[in-house]
Amino acid sequence: MTSRPTSADYIYSIFTDFTELHGDRRFGDDKAVIGGIAWLEDIPVTVIGIEKGHDTAERMERSFGAPEPEGYRKALRLMRQAEKFKRPVITFVDTSGAYCGIEAEERGQGAAIAENLMEMSALTVPVISILIGEGGSGGALALAVSDRVWMLENAVYSVISPEGCASILWRDTAKAAEAAAALCLTAQDALSLGIAEKVISEDRLGTDAFYTSLRNDIVREIRALMEAGDLRENRYMRFRSFGGYQS
Amino acid sequence: MMLNFEHKAVNELEKEGRSAAPLFGEAEVVCPNCHRTLKESQAEEMMMTCLCGHHFRIGARKRIGYMTDENSFQELFEDIVSTDPLSFPGYRDKLTKARSMSGEKEAVLTGTASINGVSADIFVMDPGFMMGSMGAGTGEKITRLFEHAMEHGLPVVGWTVSGGARMQEGLLSLMQMAKTSGAVRRHSDRGLLYLTVLTDPTTGGVTASFAMEGDIILAEPGATIGFAGKRVIEETVRQQLPKGFQTSESILEHGFADMIVRRSEEKEIISRLLRLHGYGR
Ligand SMILES: [Zn+2]
Repeated sequence: MTSRPTSADYIYSIFTDFTELHGDRRFGDDKAVIGGIAWLEDIPVTVIGIEKGHDTAERMERSFGAPEPEGYRKALRLMRQAEKFKRPVITFVDTSGAYCGIEAEERGQGAAIAENLMEMSALTVPVISILIGEGGSGGALALAVSDRVWMLENAVYSVISPEGCASILWRDTAKAAEAAAALCLTAQDALSLGIAEKVISEDRLGTDAFYTSLRNDIVREIRALMEAGDLRENRYMRFRSFGGYQS
Repeated sequence: MMLNFEHKAVNELEKEGRSAAPLFGEAEVVCPNCHRTLKESQAEEMMMTCLCGHHFRIGARKRIGYMTDENSFQELFEDIVSTDPLSFPGYRDKLTKARSMSGEKEAVLTGTASINGVSADIFVMDPGFMMGSMGAGTGEKITRLFEHAMEHGLPVVGWTVSGGARMQEGLLSLMQMAKTSGAVRRHSDRGLLYLTVLTDPTTGGVTASFAMEGDIILAEPGATIGFAGKRVIEETVRQQLPKGFQTSESILEHGFADMIVRRSEEKEIISRLLRLHGYGR
């Protein structure tokens, strides 16, 4: 998936005057997450994306799009800022998962994700998340507790990587394809489970026409959400409904 | 209790504070920390802890017995169970096995109880049920408990133990992280207290959701607490993990827990904290 457009490509193609803001105001500035303010037509919005980078050097610098706690905290800071100034939030999600490392754990990776889940559930501004490539578990969900979740046709969203799943269940990473099928991680699967509202065609992926069409969809949806009733209540009910249990 | 250890390695048994029952005489437990052998009744007297301070893993019912006033626990939502929404290979068998081995229907028990005379809604996860993995049944029970607590103006006290999200439920298990977090936030907005006790092990999607969302976070000594698994981290960073990495003591030092509390003192400290928040008057 390395040649796919990254979050930055979407952000600079869809929005105007994107002004990047840095830092979590706690510890650092995680380059795996980019965020800032921009115009969506005539609406000021907050835009956040998990960024994998384009060439090897940039990918290294951005930890291949695996955010550390500071990345999630920067995103949360920007979302709280959006709440204060009543700006809609658009997030682009593309990560194999939260950064896996000693310091990330010591600085509270779990706590950082947990706080985002809790705080996103309480935002009163519209939030749309677009999964453009990899949606890796809690590290992706931490930017996707949203009113609308859209997925690119070939994007995936999963609780665990197929390799990880195969290795735990069958002690055999060669069975990753089998695990992938069982995990129901495609955009179509997410759509049929109600976890995504929309699947975006990749026919013209990365072209001007593609971005124009996506921009129009985002504008239409944001305007509709701005008119919709209690977003916070609806968002709670959206996630509240995800089951697979009986009583 | 049914003892069926055929699938488990000895060190797993030790962590749970159990050993295969001898044919004659009293069952014994072996401490994984000091390797001492204790009679089960002796360990029981110390709330399943060892003389060296090690805290054995314990089942949810046993914990409820230790932590709540006698006969005060009234179970709620006990009929909610995970189904097999994705028809995941082998999952139904696994659920059946987990139910028969743990004697529980789900990885968490929910209900209302009194703790030294103070009423609270409680949830207690069970390591014997797929190592407390979070499926839709688990998430639904916890969410309903927070909604119940809001309705009745009650605090929530939760004991966590979990290997993470239940991968056999795919994305639906991942969504439980957002669902429970939303419920915690609504409960919190009513000004109600939520207190968590992290026990061994608390990891993955449970750490990254309701375990770390308490107003006050307690941890039992020596528990493994983290997000990513130790083995995965080791393979990724290709270096040895520091001593005490991902333990209660380490997360206290790094500022992610309020205090470490021995099992024998938990009930007292929890009820004190509840009273300090105006409950039980
Ligand atoms: Zn011992």
